[in-house]
Amino acid sequence: MHLKGENISFEYKKNDPVLKDVNISLRSGEVLGLIGDSGSGKSTLCKILAGYEIKYQGKVTMDGNEIPSKGYNPVQLVFQHPEKAVNPKWRMKDILNEGHLVSQDILEAFGIKNNWLNRWPNELSGGELQRFALARALSPKTRYLIADEITTMVDAITQAQIWNIVLNIVEELNIGVLVVSHDRNLISRLCHDTIYLKDINNV
Amino acid sequence: MGNKAEINPKKELSTGLETVAGDRKKTEALLTVEDLSLSFTQYASGLRQTELKVISNLSIQAYKGEILAIVGSSGSGKSLLAHAILGILPLNAKLDGKMEYDGKKLTQERKKEMRGKEIALIPQAITYLDPLMKISNQVIGSVEKEKESIMKKLQREVFQRYGLKPEVERMLPHELSGGMTRRVLVSTAVISSSKLIIADEPTPGLDDKTLNETLSYFKDMADKGCAVILITHDIEAALKISHKIAVFYAGTVLEVANVEDFKNNGENLRHPYTRALWNALPQNKFQAIKGHQPMQDEVIDGCIFYDRCSKKKAICSRGIPQLKQVNGGVVRCNNAS
Repeated sequence: MHLKGENISFEYKKNDPVLKDVNISLRSGEVLGLIGDSGSGKSTLCKILAGYEIKYQGKVTMDGNEIPSKGYNPVQLVFQHPEKAVNPKWRMKDILNEGHLVSQDILEAFGIKNNWLNRWPNELSGGELQRFALARALSPKTRYLIADEITTMVDAITQAQIWNIVLNIVEELNIGVLVVSHDRNLISRLCHDTIYLKDINNV
Repeated sequence: MGNKAEINPKKELSTGLETVAGDRKKTEALLTVEDLSLSFTQYASGLRQTELKVISNLSIQAYKGEILAIVGSSGSGKSLLAHAILGILPLNAKLDGKMEYDGKKLTQERKKEMRGKEIALIPQAITYLDPLMKISNQVIGSVEKEKESIMKKLQREVFQRYGLKPEVERMLPHELSGGMTRRVLVSTAVISSSKLIIADEPTPGLDDKTLNETLSYFKDMADKGCAVILITHDIEAALKISHKIAVFYAGTVLEVANVEDFKNNGENLRHPYTRALWNALPQNKFQAIKGHQPMQDEVIDGCIFYDRCSKKKAICSRGIPQLKQVNGGVVRCNNAS
């Protein structure tokens, strides 16, 4: 079981490529680190792998097949800023269950308290919101999780809490994780392997 | 901590960094915040109003030539403190306590006068940039016609130092990557020549090289005599350049520690929360303590860390512990000695 990106190239502007012939492969159950300078296209690569960005060159496949563009996306992307990934006019319980009904086990694992469910997004801190974002992304149908700087904005204790939970869940569900971070200490703590993305404009 | 506020009569009004440098360094607190509390009035249901207390009993001092790091979790009130100092809180905010700048009371009028000049904020997020305005115009700000070319030159220099390519100045904010945005925000403060710099989370999303470079500019500002308040949750970054570290939790300061106290298993740290924070770093034990920072609307009688503390005693659940001087630092804990 592999999520593969082959010869991925991408440009936001003509003749100004952000990514050029990038190859990446993520196994089920693998925790893979991705490090790169700022502006080297890490987030763009994440968006391509998760199907958010479609005008790229190259191929993204899961187990050799194209990822279906309809229905539940088995490749789930979680961002650095959870407050931008939730609808500010919905209560937390509606945000949480937008895609599927999140199981009680997952809620308990993330320490999401019942009285948080009736709150609005602006009443929760970044770390608390990120738990919701992760809980709703880790459905039974998720095969791969792309974690783009998901704990960059939280304190060290919350970071350790969140990653301990995520690692437990992905191990149990055999989910592959791509960890994007600038924190080498964190990457070496979490990941089996690390790949480096070079800024092609600086080579 | 002796924080005699002495006013130097020779002090010039010019904004050059050099004027504050020299022998007066480190002697007086440029900014003193004492027993600050901040609450917001909110509508609960219908016309019923409630008060939401977000900062309580908070005291800090920022010295010239020093970097004070403020570390703590999100939602602990770090950014609100910055906004309180700058006087840019929303209308429903109620502020109590004492704030002094350069020995004189910091009133709302004075804040208005000084922000952007004497006191500069490096904001946290891209949302502080105007999405429809070119980068260079935002970095330079509004200046007189004669000064425009000088500022332009200065801006290009700063951009070059930060590795921002010349075409960046003509871009719009949405065209920048996260790290580039950060560097643009930092350069706005480098260009202004303020004496108190408040940097609100200037480092997340920066790669190692840019991070160290950004930090070195803050150090540079402090060396030139500025007082720098570095608000961050990145302890490692804070330790690299700061002199003192104030640890925030749920709207108050639990400890002010010296940089040297952060080593080994944190046995020199005074508060159990600081110790837990230190041991949670991936390069240390990556150990998470249970529980959450209390919500702002939860009323707590005793120590604010009581629920999660491993060393709590009966007395800790009654009354807020007093601030104590311990080992060259300050701590709010009954068990510290």
